[in-house]
Amino acid sequence: MAYMHIGKDFVPPDVAGKVTGRIKYAEDYTREGMVYARLLTSPIPHARVVNIDASEALAMEGVHGILTADEVYPDGEPQSTGLKILTNEPTLVGEPILALAAVDEKTAETAIAALNVTFERLPFVLDPLDSLREGGPNAYANGNTFNREGYGEVKWTTDQVASFRAGTPPGDDAPTSGLVPAFAIGDLEAGFAAAADGFIYEGSFTTAGYPHHSMEPRSAMAYWEDGKLYLHGTSQSLTALANDMAGIVGVAKEDLVFINAATGGGFGQRARANSIPSMAIPAKMAQKLNRPVMMRITREEEFTIGGARQGFQGWIKVGFRPDGVMSACDLFIVSDDGGKGGGADAYSAADCISILYQTEAVRYRNASVATNTAHRGAQRGPGQNQIAPIIAPIMDAAADALGMSRLDIRVVNSAQTGDVGGPQRTPLTSAYMPEALRQTAEAFDWEARQSRRRQRNGNKVIGLGIGQGYHAAGRSGQDGIVMMGADGRLKIHSGVGNLGTYSYAATSRAAAEALRMPWESCDIITGRTDNHLPITSPQDGSNSIFTNTRTCYGAAMDLVAKMKEIAAADLGGEPADYDISEERVHQIADSGTGMTYAEVAQRAMELGGKYTGEAELPEDLHEWTQIAASRLAGTAFMGIYHDPVISNNPPGFTVTCTEIELDLETGKFDILDMVSVGECGTVVHPQGLKNQLVGGAVWGIGLSALERHLYDPQNGLPASTGYWQSKVPTYLDTPVKIDAGWVDLPDPENPVGARGIGEPSQGSVSAALTAAISDALDGHIFGAAPITTDMIINHIAGTREDAVALAQNNFRG
Amino acid sequence: MQPVNPQLTRRRFIKGVIASGAVAGTTSLWYAASGQSRPAGAVERMLRLNVNGQERTVDVAPQETLASTLRYKLGLTGTKLGCNRGECGACTVLVDDIPTYACSVLTHSMKDGRIETVEGLEAPDGTLHPVQQGFVEALSPQCGYCTPGQVMAAVGLLRVNPNPTREQVREGLAGNLCRCGSYDSYLDGVMRAVELG
Repeated sequence: MAYMHIGKDFVPPDVAGKVTGRIKYAEDYTREGMVYARLLTSPIPHARVVNIDASEALAMEGVHGILTADEVYPDGEPQSTGLKILTNEPTLVGEPILALAAVDEKTAETAIAALNVTFERLPFVLDPLDSLREGGPNAYANGNTFNREGYGEVKWTTDQVASFRAGTPPGDDAPTSGLVPAFAIGDLEAGFAAAADGFIYEGSFTTAGYPHHSMEPRSAMAYWEDGKLYLHGTSQSLTALANDMAGIVGVAKEDLVFINAATGGGFGQRARANSIPSMAIPAKMAQKLNRPVMMRITREEEFTIGGARQGFQGWIKVGFRPDGVMSACDLFIVSDDGGKGGGADAYSAADCISILYQTEAVRYRNASVATNTAHRGAQRGPGQNQIAPIIAPIMDAAADALGMSRLDIRVVNSAQTGDVGGPQRTPLTSAYMPEALRQTAEAFDWEARQSRRRQRNGNKVIGLGIGQGYHAAGRSGQDGIVMMGADGRLKIHSGVGNLGTYSYAATSRAAAEALRMPWESCDIITGRTDNHLPITSPQDGSNSIFTNTRTCYGAAMDLVAKMKEIAAADLGGEPADYDISEERVHQIADSGTGMTYAEVAQRAMELGGKYTGEAELPEDLHEWTQIAASRLAGTAFMGIYHDPVISNNPPGFTVTCTEIELDLETGKFDILDMVSVGECGTVVHPQGLKNQLVGGAVWGIGLSALERHLYDPQNGLPASTGYWQSKVPTYLDTPVKIDAGWVDLPDPENPVGARGIGEPSQGSVSAALTAAISDALDGHIFGAAPITTDMIINHIAGTREDAVALAQNNFRG
Repeated sequence: MQPVNPQLTRRRFIKGVIASGAVAGTTSLWYAASGQSRPAGAVERMLRLNVNGQERTVDVAPQETLASTLRYKLGLTGTKLGCNRGECGACTVLVDDIPTYACSVLTHSMKDGRIETVEGLEAPDGTLHPVQQGFVEALSPQCGYCTPGQVMAAVGLLRVNPNPTREQVREGLAGNLCRCGSYDSYLDGVMRAVELG
């Protein structure tokens, strides 16, 4: 289809502000009379606050007041996991206990040093297996798991723990736990029987959890004015986050103005309000003190309250039939929930295997166990991306054993349109993985490069890797609003949020596309919620492009339908007799008979009623959207839309090929070449898509080779609070050039054919890089992510791979 | 590789803070360096700083970092604080053309320097600097928080090497982290800036 805007690059309106420094993040604001809040955070990994004596601190000059957990939770803290605003029962080092506000931060820090806080120390644990052991410590006061039934305790026998530590399954009677503790698809026994003459791999694995480390610490500033809360904060999701933040702060939705023009990075932990409850601290403090309050967050604090990915310890058994089909996969994962509960990464890993490889039989079991480490939650492909680097070398081993090419075994096991996946056997909206594999291989010249495989040049050896990534990439059921004034300009109200993907702008172009309007005649209305923005799904899970092109397109088409009604009423005929082009609505038979968009908007405002949002709004609009629409009603010509819910799964897929040169003396490697291809429906914004592919590539390199999460085993203190210790990839860790491409075939469930891509772009790179490292080392399977330089050297030396303590994380070393 | 100002190491910075009487504990250092406190001392407080070609008179505490002065005294919030400990480069400014971590130098030690921030690059008529224009055309930024630092590091590089290879740019910008992973797009942007001259 020939589009005006879809598939074409444009300059998003916030780019100029980013390169000039003019765009403002939360900490860039100031306000007359502003005071500064600082946090007292827990110095120990598990404790109970017995007493707080703030008398000396409050008497100090320049101190304005404190805020405690008892004040923000007068009825007691919620009996749930997840970060609290403030807590008297910290379960990790760095958890906020109280906040103190003063005339400046130095005074606040000095006053905090004068506080007398008495803690009762409680047992703590850093390794889930230590907690699983009979008699082992629990991370929570009332257990070591949390699921829909509340807190609980899961324990294994000493033999079960020992078996798992030794790399074998704990036995069928080992208890499971977690949000989704187990599922099974197909006949596992038959699947492995079918693989008896093919290839069966069985082994253990570990993956490191690691922090988000977004560049912008999650600082926030708040003040109250005329009963309204003005909150300058950070988020991935403007209206979705604000909608829930109102509840956390305890303010009516219509009285919260959330201001967030730009967010300095969001990779899952800024999508939802319950992952940034700290923003409620300046809001509550400002309410208490009746002053604007700024709370700047340090890098160390950002490490703790910014959250982390779950780490896995697992056992996997995979069977391949002689024809290469993955006939069975048995997976047992012990996942690290951290100190505040942790999500469902293990489930997502198993779900991913069933979708990405279309495995005939999958059994999944999980023990999701709390530890007194950073709080865990969604981080770019939570689960899908941990398992990608584990599976890839196993696929290669199967291909080698079965005499297949490593490309062909992936084509044999790939998802296509009409396939289903996951425990609910959910149909995919469309899927073109074979096309993605072949396109990537062609762009990389995969077949020709096979002659270089494992080629030695002195101490250097070449490794080739191919990998795949998957994540669900679209949601539905959200709302859209567009407005047009008498000047004929289109105002697209977007609540998507601006975390750096430019999807807030790219999805808005679907509205311009529906109205066939030049982009120069359109304005995106966003950045603060008193711009009256519709609800969106939280901007996580790679969903934005799919979800919000549906709503923007739908709202614009509502405007088109109303234009045709008005034109037919004024100029004669039926609405169906009219079409739109060149910013006019006109008769199809006589294009000279019609109205300009400006004229029809003027007419709509004269007519009022449904044309200006004063009547006949769509049913099922979200409460947040109803508030926005009520405030916009009567001000301009309105198009408004509630998107129906779809049940199918719009997938995002990526494929990556890479070539590395590994130094057998140092264990280091250089990435010589890398190609990543997205299979994400119609391409909406090529530059934005390219950014997601290359950005995901850097994350994939971090996952496979670098990033880690370390705690001092004696005291439970975090040891990787900074960029340096956690080994976030730098320019020099990444290739000089990463080539990106896309399949660009439309998805039928989206009006412009689009699906999302942000998360799988990491998984395929991680998979390809791990496969390449394995390839360079004659197919050795580490069963680990990351594979650190030390591990490589130790393998080459024939010693225990993880002999260097804490080389990867606390439970491998 | 284009170094940060070799005379302005973090070690030298910390020694300077200690000499000024501030407490050298990590967090206290952080806030002492923010310039909010007003200890009595012999150090002259009122400095004339050359920032973006303008002489600015500003009250600077002895232990105050350049990043704090720029952001909180002069309102130049384009200079970002990502780590405030010399790891990320988001606060990179130019001091006498040399890329410098503004979080890791004391303002008093910069009083004779020619300081340039991201706000000073745009021409009076609004024309962007070639690096800024290159970043726009290549859509180099993602979240944008590291972008001012990336811009300043690239400007500093191009002043000493107007025609770098892509590999040289990669090394020249290696002191600037981007958590979004937009390195490839920043390299595209700098190479475009080279074309734009």
